[in-house]
Amino acid sequence: MSRRAARRATALLALALLGAAAARPEAPGAATPPAVARDADDATILHVLHRVTYGPRPGDIARVKAIGLEAWLERQLDPGRLDDTALEASLRGLPTLAMTIADLQREYPRPDAETRRKLAAGAVSPREMREQYPEERRPARIVGELQAARMLRAVASERQLQEVMVDFWFNHFNVFAGKGEVRWYLTAYERDVIRPHALGRFPDLLRATARHPAMLFYLDNWLSTRAGYTVRGGPNQGRRAGLNENYARELMELHTLGVDGGYTQADVTEVARAFTGWTIDRPRQDARYVYRPAMHDFGDKRVLGRAIRAGGERDGELVLDLLIEHPATARFIAGKLVRRFVADEPPPALVERVAGAYRATGGDVRAMLRVIFASPELRSADTAAAKIKKPSEFVASAARAVGATAEARGALALARAAAEIGEGFYEASPPTGYPDRAEAWVNPGALLARMNFALALADGRVPGVRTDLTVLVSDADRRRPEVVLERLLAGLLHGRAGNETRAVLTEQLGLPEITRLSADDRGPVNTDVAKLAALVLGSPEFQRR
Amino acid sequence: MMLTRRALLTGGACALAALAGPPRFLARAAGAAEARGKVLVALFQRGAVDGLSVVVPHGDAAYYAARPSIALPRPRRGDAATALDLDGYFGLHPALAPLLPLWEGKTLAIVPACGSPDVTRSHFDAQDYMESGTPGVKSTPDGWLGRAAGALPAAGASPFRAVALGPRLPRVLRGDAGALAFSSLERFDVRAAGTSGVSRRGFESLYREGVTDLLHGTGRETFEAVKMLKSAGAARLTPANGADYPRGRFGEALRQIAQLVRADVGLRIAFADVDGWDTHVAQGADQGQLANRLREFGGALAAFTRDLGDRMADVMVLTMSEFGRTVAENGNRGTDHGHATAMLVLGADVRGARVHGRWPGLSPEQRFEARDLAVTTDFRALFHEITTHHLALTPTTPLFPGWAAPSTKLGLFS
Repeated sequence: MSRRAARRATALLALALLGAAAARPEAPGAATPPAVARDADDATILHVLHRVTYGPRPGDIARVKAIGLEAWLERQLDPGRLDDTALEASLRGLPTLAMTIADLQREYPRPDAETRRKLAAGAVSPREMREQYPEERRPARIVGELQAARMLRAVASERQLQEVMVDFWFNHFNVFAGKGEVRWYLTAYERDVIRPHALGRFPDLLRATARHPAMLFYLDNWLSTRAGYTVRGGPNQGRRAGLNENYARELMELHTLGVDGGYTQADVTEVARAFTGWTIDRPRQDARYVYRPAMHDFGDKRVLGRAIRAGGERDGELVLDLLIEHPATARFIAGKLVRRFVADEPPPALVERVAGAYRATGGDVRAMLRVIFASPELRSADTAAAKIKKPSEFVASAARAVGATAEARGALALARAAAEIGEGFYEASPPTGYPDRAEAWVNPGALLARMNFALALADGRVPGVRTDLTVLVSDADRRRPEVVLERLLAGLLHGRAGNETRAVLTEQLGLPEITRLSADDRGPVNTDVAKLAALVLGSPEFQRR
Repeated sequence: MMLTRRALLTGGACALAALAGPPRFLARAAGAAEARGKVLVALFQRGAVDGLSVVVPHGDAAYYAARPSIALPRPRRGDAATALDLDGYFGLHPALAPLLPLWEGKTLAIVPACGSPDVTRSHFDAQDYMESGTPGVKSTPDGWLGRAAGALPAAGASPFRAVALGPRLPRVLRGDAGALAFSSLERFDVRAAGTSGVSRRGFESLYREGVTDLLHGTGRETFEAVKMLKSAGAARLTPANGADYPRGRFGEALRQIAQLVRADVGLRIAFADVDGWDTHVAQGADQGQLANRLREFGGALAAFTRDLGDRMADVMVLTMSEFGRTVAENGNRGTDHGHATAMLVLGADVRGARVHGRWPGLSPEQRFEARDLAVTTDFRALFHEITTHHLALTPTTPLFPGWAAPSTKLGLFS
């Protein structure tokens, strides 16, 4: 049996168990029946919620049901019409989000070389350094606010699909906060490039990233010049520059055609020549895109068998046009979208249909998503719970599942928790961004970190995050641990608890640390809801979506 | 009996098919723990260490001409401010004095002009290339130490086979074989508010039963590792032989690697990084910024060898950095990003007290792009020789894809 077949068999088994769980008579002595997903509709809604959002909050399944799944999906595809005022109010606590690059460079300057020298030499103590450059004026603050905002939106935004797509495109067009000037450019990059086009058109996204200082700096295109060019001003004045292929290569390999998209090393060099002169004006002030003819290589180029001989800025634009229209790009983008929403191994037939939507609409993201959302592949049995949550997805989904609320500080703590499990926002240094496959995220250290986060969240130990587990167990009698457990399983796993998990957790109920007995042996008097909830959040089922 | 991976695959084909689990977990179940294999410890000096200050070419006049204020003076016996002579031409930075006995004991070897064939002077790109092991190629999904871990015998492999000290698995250890990353041995456990034992056993039970998929397999591995660590008492081992680690992250990392070696938990590959080498301004000479970093670096390495004592017979330490620094000092009495740097190899079976690889010279016409120490040893040649020899690897997938090991070896081993 192949691994794939085994996985399918496992999924079918899980489905059978799910059916068994739903059909099973209520636990003996339970006062209220467990609120597990009872019909296919609830299971389908749950599945779609897991794929399209950062996981269901208490009551979400009922809310989607009231609207109707298809109508709800359409609303998610049109996020501008969803009211998000509560979130926007919370985001106001993060002032850097609205600032320009020039503002950020001025308000959050790098410590000057002299101070850094004194600090290194021990002439300035870290304390004096802090006084001179207080935390709230440091460049790190910019990244911290962005991380908090990203997590806050994942947990609390009504525009869930938009947030999922912002994460998707940021990884696709990844830039790294730790490289040089990028941290001052990140805010504008996400706000002005990624977010407005997340559900828009791929060509717009590609063209906007190509000219943004964050991408120009991260992939070094701002330094790429024709051979023999001598730098005319600035700190490198007089230095000989030349061609840098970094952006050209990643543009084809990661942004458009894919590694097997049929380009050669000669194409990489030719594309790099086409983009010479696409650079950054005043990188340490307002950092604007500028085309500098003096840096450009005006010779003819040949890319993917086509002649490019416009000369000037238009050369790069023609290359982008060529890549946007290339069938390999349609397939590559479609494959990544299907991997995100359907399965680590994208079903080829669905990829082909989504690529068809790309070609038919000129790369309309919504059109591609509609094909995925309506596909039998998405809603088939072996897709259910087939994806392992990335660390950020796990953290946000846990916070949502327990109905946690957080402001900026709490959101930053949650973002740090995701970083501890391995996925710090804006901290992926390679241009591939963070991977979207189970193998990348499942290792012992990370699994322990997930369990420890589950414990901290359920115990209310994540600073700035308020959790109220009574929402999940409501009026369940704490003297009846089996009832408490059923409520938690229903509220956190929605009928997806496997038999083994249910049995193991039921065993735990007998432990004095979980269920406290009365002194006179008349029976249980209290159930430790937090400990039980942590076990559920750390269970294998909760790691899946 | 030691099962080979192949024997397991043929003999256990049915079991494999039935479980369809991750091979590393199944493979492990097939053999006894291989506790005392050879250990490779790889240390990354992030930020580009000035190799010319680590291994000082005091016999090269061009060195003094290029560095009026930051050169280390020629060795003078009894003068602690001068380079420590190694062979009449090269010397160690005086802050690395704790390493001199290792050189004299012939367990320390030096590769003074090592680096990447890629010309990038970006920390980020150069580190990426040195970790992926594929200079110039960004899309390599795994790291060369990850590939080395994958080439170790699968049978009897421990969860501690490949370990990185730090919060995230570094690129260099990524790969199918799986590696462990943690910041603290003491904290590698389930940590609950009250009694952690209940929660640990609870989580362990949740991953014990049920389908054998990646998640459950890893869960079992996790608790196997937690328990192994506990029963080996690794966290309780204090430094032996009076070893005194300098305070700081790097000393802590080496202390914990030594704990894992001494606790016999099956460690084969360990990785740690140490930063603070990007000395553009006020680098200093025998005292100052760089001297402080080197003092900690050398002190930690010396403490590590002392702590391990006889166990150093199984251990080899390799240091690396993404590139070196300019031959000439800059206008701020520092150095800018350069090309080749010095790498150190420490171990019982290395041909120590020797300088390996060709010295390219420092005069302007000998420099790379007229400014930097030229690379005469491709880092892949060094890493390949050490890894295949010390860990006795015959990898089926190449450690360094797209590169063929040169026919003449560096000669680190006799």
